[in-house]
Amino acid sequence: MTTAPHHPRVHLFVTCLGDQFFPEVGENVAKILGRLGADVVFNAEQTCCGQPAFNTGYRDEARGVAARMLGLFDDCDYVVAPSGSCSTMVRVFYPELFAGEPACLAQAEKLRNKLYEFSEFLLKVLKVEDVGAFFPHRVTYHDSCHLLRELGVSEEPRKLIRAVRGIDFIEMPDYKLCCGFGGTFSVKFPEVSVAMGEEKIRAALDAGAEYLVANDSGCLMHLAGLIHRRKLPLKTMHLAQLLAQQGP
Amino acid sequence: MPETGVQSAHIHERAGKTLGDVRLQEAYKSSTLRLYTHRLQAMSEVPGFDSLRDRARAIKAEVIEHLDEYLAEFADSVERQGGKVHWAETAEEVCGAVRRIAEAAGVREFVKSKTMVGEEVELNEALESAGIRGIETDLGELIIQLAGERPAHIVAPAIHKTRQDVAELFADHLHSERTTEPERLTAIARRALREAFSRAGLGVSGANFAVAETGTIVLVENEGNIRLCTTAPRVHVALVGIEKIIPRFKDLAVFLRLLGRSGTGQKLTAYTSLLSGPRRDSEDGPAEMHVVLVDNGRVRTLSDEKMRESLYCIRCGACLNACPVYRKIGGHAYGWVYSGPIGALITPEFNGISQARELPFASSLCGACREVCPVRINIPDLLLHLRGKAQTQHAPAASGAPRGEKFSMQLWAWAMKRPRAYEWGSRLARLAQRFWQRGQWIPKAPVFPMSRWTDQRDFPALASRTFRERWKKRPGG
Repeated sequence: MTTAPHHPRVHLFVTCLGDQFFPEVGENVAKILGRLGADVVFNAEQTCCGQPAFNTGYRDEARGVAARMLGLFDDCDYVVAPSGSCSTMVRVFYPELFAGEPACLAQAEKLRNKLYEFSEFLLKVLKVEDVGAFFPHRVTYHDSCHLLRELGVSEEPRKLIRAVRGIDFIEMPDYKLCCGFGGTFSVKFPEVSVAMGEEKIRAALDAGAEYLVANDSGCLMHLAGLIHRRKLPLKTMHLAQLLAQQGP
Repeated sequence: MPETGVQSAHIHERAGKTLGDVRLQEAYKSSTLRLYTHRLQAMSEVPGFDSLRDRARAIKAEVIEHLDEYLAEFADSVERQGGKVHWAETAEEVCGAVRRIAEAAGVREFVKSKTMVGEEVELNEALESAGIRGIETDLGELIIQLAGERPAHIVAPAIHKTRQDVAELFADHLHSERTTEPERLTAIARRALREAFSRAGLGVSGANFAVAETGTIVLVENEGNIRLCTTAPRVHVALVGIEKIIPRFKDLAVFLRLLGRSGTGQKLTAYTSLLSGPRRDSEDGPAEMHVVLVDNGRVRTLSDEKMRESLYCIRCGACLNACPVYRKIGGHAYGWVYSGPIGALITPEFNGISQARELPFASSLCGACREVCPVRINIPDLLLHLRGKAQTQHAPAASGAPRGEKFSMQLWAWAMKRPRAYEWGSRLARLAQRFWQRGQWIPKAPVFPMSRWTDQRDFPALASRTFRERWKKRPGG
């Protein structure tokens, strides 16, 4: 792990879901990183990491989309993504995807070495736990599976959440259980996906949480869509939104 | 009659059936959770459990890379011990070998202990049609045999059956009293099975491990029926998948410590049988011992360098217990004899991807399976690999996956490679969504695949302004 330059130049990889559905997530990431001294830039040539195609077995299509990502962030120290899943795509699956293409593979290696998921970047690179947020509510945290099991990031978001002033952080008993989103799984097996989501929401409600926080737009849109349909007393929130909440 | 063949194309119907059955949901949930928790407890008691897993994986990797040599060594060792080896490439050859052994022994009935290979090749059905009747002696297997079903779990075949179910089955088929007391149910089964053991001339078993060095068949169990099956009848046949080989006797020290703990949370199962050849003078045991070495799709799996890893599996069932999808859809949804994450891998591999195209997609790829696998099979990665195989070697159109999926993916990829097209697509979509938008949500999407999302969930509307538009407009942007 390298030591961060004093004012690191950070490219925001906002992800396609973040761009199209949750623009405030990217904005909050930029705001928080800016406050911590980073020089945040956004390259509008970016679109998607290619995961939807990769996840569904369309490797050629995925490779084409992913190849475009490789050269977009060369002029920076770090790339930060508010998604465990898209970070996993780059860090874990790009090497597999480009295994047969040495030139792309070298570029992918370069990119994966400087790309971090948001919470991981705060803890590991900026070494910050307390970003000065205030949120007097009962909050639980859902580990998105890629972040938890592919990147091994589980303590970082929890440290950040615990450091929020006024917060009442509560764990769900089976907190590692998948929410059922799973990319195209959510539409290929909608009944199963929904049944898994129900179980997750039930666990959050049983824990008495007002908010369920996660680091992936995919999990969040799946859970929020289910909560909204059923009119359940639970709100969802991306970690970046939580950390952007300011005190009185 | 139990169903036969691979039925994985019906995964949606079957999953729906299990999902809609409150009793089944409860049965799967409580049983898998119990096994999952027991495993965790058992693991925590062994210092260095993880390095034990590493060693097991290394041994399996070594065997699978040199399987031809180890198989030859194993076969030699078995023959040296006085056993007879039969090589079987297909299910028919396996059943044929057992039939010939049964006919030579002059038996019309045999006792059988739990063997997944036996389920795989549909041994009971095949021999039944030759007039030879197999009696399942494992309690779980007996239950599903009476019910005319296939195993719902690799280790606990009747995991989906409640006490009440068993009471009915026993009363109907074994003509016993109707009771739901586990002790009395066990006694009923024991009485029926003792009779079968006492008259049986042939016992068929599977194998948990087959030791190349010594020709030993290793079997673990809790009920004692395997020991009876393999020692009481005059002839014993072991069905052994070729991936069951381990090189040395001492490797058992690694695998036996892992298997019980991973499967049921036991330090060791109640019985561990090590069978090396038929009886010698003045010993007890079978006069003849046969080992059928089974391919049935394994060599094909071996030929795919990536999928080879799925042959490391020791069939402990831990991945099923950990899998949130298995817990919801149950074992039968997978449409063959192996279920859960490992079933989603080996069913398409052993039978060909065209037989089980949907299975690799029946996973959220959460990775809980890999976390518990005693030999650390990277199941999610192999599932992704199989998805690729499914799309290239057996295109969607015919078998369930939406037609046009490939075309939409290609269109999507085209746009994602062209930021201007991506931006224009987004603008058009935001215009179009106004027809279906209710506030921030789309309660009913008109187009596939979003329409499947909105059957039970609302879909978030695209933000009125994308991040990139807002970023451009920000002060100083």
